[in-house]
Amino acid sequence: MSSGARPRVSVVLFPGSNCDHDAVHAVETAIGADARLVWHDGTDLGRPDLVVLPGGFSYGDYLRCGALARFSPVMDSVRDFAASGGPVLGICNGFQVLCEAGLLPGALLANSGQRFLCQDVHVRVETIRTPFTSDLTKGDVLRLPIAHGDGNWRAEEATWDDVVAHDQVVFRYCDAAGERVASANPNGSHDDVAGVCNRARNVVGLMPHPERASEEILGNADGARLFRSFASGLLGRSA
Amino acid sequence: MKVQVTVVPKSGVLDPQGKAIAGALTRLGFPGVGDVRAGKVFRVEVEAKDAAEAKALAEQMAVKLLCNPVIEEFEAEVLG
Repeated sequence: MSSGARPRVSVVLFPGSNCDHDAVHAVETAIGADARLVWHDGTDLGRPDLVVLPGGFSYGDYLRCGALARFSPVMDSVRDFAASGGPVLGICNGFQVLCEAGLLPGALLANSGQRFLCQDVHVRVETIRTPFTSDLTKGDVLRLPIAHGDGNWRAEEATWDDVVAHDQVVFRYCDAAGERVASANPNGSHDDVAGVCNRARNVVGLMPHPERASEEILGNADGARLFRSFASGLLGRSA
Repeated sequence: MKVQVTVVPKSGVLDPQGKAIAGALTRLGFPGVGDVRAGKVFRVEVEAKDAAEAKALAEQMAVKLLCNPVIEEFEAEVLG
């Protein structure tokens, strides 16, 4: 990005995505982004600085959440973009798609309580070594909304050891004070994981919806901090 | 030829649906109901020269798409 230019954000639209416009609005509002929707059936991402895979129910959650979206033609471009170091953010269903596509470790199971959950949660920032947490402080507590039926993240033992060894847990569920207590984990996810990144740290997925909490007028702008981290990192890189 | 792939949550993986079904079976009076795994069954028509080839195809389908090995396990069989 040249200095002074607006960050270019491409939001991928799968059949069944439903948080795509919210994501466009959030990055426009939070960081003045030049944001566009990219239909899943093409391969042109439009030279973005950031790719967002939004929430929703891609392909009706058929087979497994995110399992069919990974075969969309656009995912080849997302894969290439990620492999070249481009930042990718997967929110909710977008997180599930990234796990199914093998771009993030683990998988998302049905919530342990068997219910779809729509509520605010608190998450703690566990690492600042990602494009979306670089401006935050480790231990910061964010209040963000969740809306999912399958947010129970888990990984095989060897994968989990790897995730821990490489500091890939980005967010953990916690209470308002930042303490990890059982009652603060809404879906039974392993070790209270709410979001993870890949080994290269440029691909991040999380179950909560930062794009739904990015404006003071909506009562909560904690989510905007993720987008602002990305934007200030972008400025830093181009300076 | 018709093949069948059965996919269930791996043992050790929490299966809230299976757990709820186990509870319901117990409440219905079925004695000694233990672990229940709730999964999916796929019946697929394939073109294959024999049962071995059909089974191999079913296994490839499971590995590439039908089953997520992080959380699930599968069995493939030929129905004939």
